[in-house]
Amino acid sequence: MDSAAASFYLCGMSDTDGRRWHDMGGRDAGPVPKGEHDFALWEKRVDALMMLCSGKGFFTVDGLRRALEDMGEDAFETMTYYERWMAAVNQNLVEQGVYTLEELGTRMEEIAQRGDSYGEAQDG
Amino acid sequence: MPHDHPGHDHDHGLSPSGHPFRADNDAPLTYWQRMEIAARELLIEKGIVTPAEVAAQIDAMDARSPANGAAVVARAWCDPAFKARLLSNGSDACREMGFDIGALHLVVVENTEDVHNLIVCTLCSCYPRTLLGLPPDWYKTRAYRSRAVIEPRKVLREFGVDVPDSMTVRVHDSTADMRYLVLPARPAGTDGMDETALAGLVTRDSMIGMGLPKQP
Repeated sequence: MDSAAASFYLCGMSDTDGRRWHDMGGRDAGPVPKGEHDFALWEKRVDALMMLCSGKGFFTVDGLRRALEDMGEDAFETMTYYERWMAAVNQNLVEQGVYTLEELGTRMEEIAQRGDSYGEAQDG
Repeated sequence: MPHDHPGHDHDHGLSPSGHPFRADNDAPLTYWQRMEIAARELLIEKGIVTPAEVAAQIDAMDARSPANGAAVVARAWCDPAFKARLLSNGSDACREMGFDIGALHLVVVENTEDVHNLIVCTLCSCYPRTLLGLPPDWYKTRAYRSRAVIEPRKVLREFGVDVPDSMTVRVHDSTADMRYLVLPARPAGTDGMDETALAGLVTRDSMIGMGLPKQP
């Protein structure tokens, strides 16, 4: 791969039309799945944390979008919507120095010890 | 729910709103759920958010539903002056009715006998969430985001809406700061109905352009 091709590749561009993966308008796709679900408490909490932290100026919707778009297409296909949001919120908070990855990792380990379900582990 | 209704094929997998229950509190704890708990606890301990703020945010989220948008549509159907204000500045007209639209610019597009409007966000999942609540799952899918702008009539047909060739289909691509709402055309035969009754005809999908209002 030459350097131009490499930088093209690293930017996450499509190899056909120069668009990034999330720019989906007009691409081929199958039928629209009609399924819907009621949001779980943990999903609503992710949404709430995004709204509160952006409202308090820690990051903007553009910061959320940047993290979501940089995650790439694999994340879009393998993670749920609010899983991706959680990853993006976390990335922004770590970047802003709100907490460190070490603090997060330590706490997540502690939480794993609390129980096997969200209901058991949700409050420390 | 006990299985004590032989021959009665109610589906105990559906919630009161008619959707499948999402396995959550008693399913195995996932990595991302642990991250949500950890981030929330750290934010609380550092004094950035309070548990009450998180709860209030979720209450506000639960309170926003398509009923809010339906009230706006029904007002527009009954009050031509309001409709004119709604079409010229959607955010302000909704605020006038007491709805918190936030900072975003809400653009209301009117369905007429010649034009059918449809809303999408090809880049992400932007949606008039302050008025309608959180977007349905299908709105966020690759298929909808990809196809709505290139073959809207076909996508509409998949959702049971057949727009005649004589009508223009206009697709609006939302951005983070600019969200759209469709003002559906008032159904025929509703002349005697008051605003509350009319609001009952306005479905969520009709305000996205992927459905039509119910018939009286």
